[in-house]
Amino acid sequence: MRQIELKQVSKHFGDIEVIKPIDLQINDGEFVVFVGPSGCGKSTLLRLIAGLEDVTSGQIFINGKDTTQLAPSDRELAMVFQSYALYPHMTVRKNIDFPLRMAGLDKNERARRVQEAAKALNLTDYLERRPGQLSGGQRQRVAIGRAIVREPTAFLFDEPLSNLDAALRVVMRLEISELHQRLGSTMIYVTHDQVEAMTLADKIVVLQAGVIEQVGSPLDLYHNPKNTFVAGFIGSPKMNLLSGSEAEKLGAHTIGIRPEHFTIEKDSGLWEGKVGVTERLGSDTFVHLHCPQLEQAITVRADSTLSVEYGEKLYITPDTDQLHKFDANGLRSHGQT
Amino acid sequence: MARTVTPQKKILNTALSWTLAIIIFFPIFWILVLSFKTEGDAIRTPIEVLTSTWTLESYSIVQERSDYLKHFTNSIIIALGSTVLGIIIGVPAAWSMAFVPSKRTRGILMWMLSTKMLPAVGVLYPIYLIFIELGILDSRTGLVVILMLMNLPIIIWMLYTYFREIPAEILEAARMDGASLTSEILYVLTPMAVPGIASTLLLNIILAWNEAFWTLNLTAAKAAPLTAFIASYSSPEGLFFAKLSAASVMAITPILIMGWFSQKQLVRGLTFGAVK
Repeated sequence: MRQIELKQVSKHFGDIEVIKPIDLQINDGEFVVFVGPSGCGKSTLLRLIAGLEDVTSGQIFINGKDTTQLAPSDRELAMVFQSYALYPHMTVRKNIDFPLRMAGLDKNERARRVQEAAKALNLTDYLERRPGQLSGGQRQRVAIGRAIVREPTAFLFDEPLSNLDAALRVVMRLEISELHQRLGSTMIYVTHDQVEAMTLADKIVVLQAGVIEQVGSPLDLYHNPKNTFVAGFIGSPKMNLLSGSEAEKLGAHTIGIRPEHFTIEKDSGLWEGKVGVTERLGSDTFVHLHCPQLEQAITVRADSTLSVEYGEKLYITPDTDQLHKFDANGLRSHGQT
Repeated sequence: MARTVTPQKKILNTALSWTLAIIIFFPIFWILVLSFKTEGDAIRTPIEVLTSTWTLESYSIVQERSDYLKHFTNSIIIALGSTVLGIIIGVPAAWSMAFVPSKRTRGILMWMLSTKMLPAVGVLYPIYLIFIELGILDSRTGLVVILMLMNLPIIIWMLYTYFREIPAEILEAARMDGASLTSEILYVLTPMAVPGIASTLLLNIILAWNEAFWTLNLTAAKAAPLTAFIASYSSPEGLFFAKLSAASVMAITPILIMGWFSQKQLVRGLTFGAVK
């Protein structure tokens, strides 16, 4: 039973409440992603679980044991930091060996485990190098190696890919995902990048201003966002959120329509708009339309073969089956699936 | 764009630098010269001093009259002892101030520095009485303790500055890897701060070696280091220039040699983290 449970956990920094009382359960083998805009408290929440920050109130249970007052070293968790945080004065071998040395394991066992981790992460050729002589991706692998050797209850990742370039980020994302499949261990991952969240997670926790807005599987959040914040945050490009008279005509204070849920025509449709910027990604084309009736720009996904010019007139009609309706408080209206 | 330097300016700069260097070095040079003269020659005019005969007489008299080796040993023990003890106390203190600062950390640091602004003679009387009371007057233990306390603010300030350059995330990583506080300081922080700790060590050995106020006032015969050895040859009438010079040369040579060999380390440590 490798479970982590938070009960009414909150955190204040001085007078500022960065985490409002939170309940959360993370199950054995789950890949949980904390996602939200910067300053939403996601990293703080991770550091509370790690024990690097003390909770202001509430309890944290790891494997059913109350660990709220335990030091980080006694929580049996491993963490990968954004800056890698490798020990610059130690070789790769010593870096990976460090947690085993601290655990007081015997020498042969330590050597075997370091070798194993290095092999799994393609680091065998670099064991005698120092972190300064490695590339960003290799450093990240060493940091992961240092985390996996100890076979912890859970892995904590604090924005581990933010310092890598875009191409490498995609590669490392796949590696982390594969590592999770192979080890079957519990992982908690913090990111502000919703694409990372969508692709990696079994369960996404969306945070805003220290409050959990919604917890669910990636597709659940995508199809059934609980409120306008989640609706706008999950999905790329963002969901179009419209309020005003056009929304009221459709029976809601605010309606949300994803860019892919429009029909585009050149001669007729519900809303008329002028083409602004078009972004051609190859497989898809995203058209930004300025619709006078809606008093705002709308992003629409079109077929890659669509040819439009800047300033051209287009008509769009939302797919009424795919509308998301929200009330005046931004909450999803009842009676919807 | 590089600045243009005309040849004339270059010559002027060189001449100025050399003049300054010679002015600064001259007293040491003159002590060296006087130490190889007789007492009679040492008080003549400079030209006569330079042209008179060279002799090792002063050195042999100084060695005969006072035990150089005993003073030297005392200096070594006091300088090393006070510095090492200061580092042992300073590392944990600087760790807590750099990595778990409280609201009062800044204040404590400033207060420690302010003690260095106090004239030492102001506390001589109470400290002298305390030393008598504790029975450590004219003892090496007493001097190690007082010099350690006098230099502790500098040690903590220097270490604090170096530790601040070390990313806190690395220490957090050590904690996550199961390191206790002692292991964290011993295996992660200290090795990373070696340049800083080394220059703190060197600078404080030099400060303690040259310290004269406390060593002169709190010692008599037993624990007297080289500073007291020099002082024993100074007299208000200035009668023993040659012997005083010989004693000075003998006292400053060891620390000069150490400074010479460690200057690279010292400069590296003192400018540590100045440029990322």
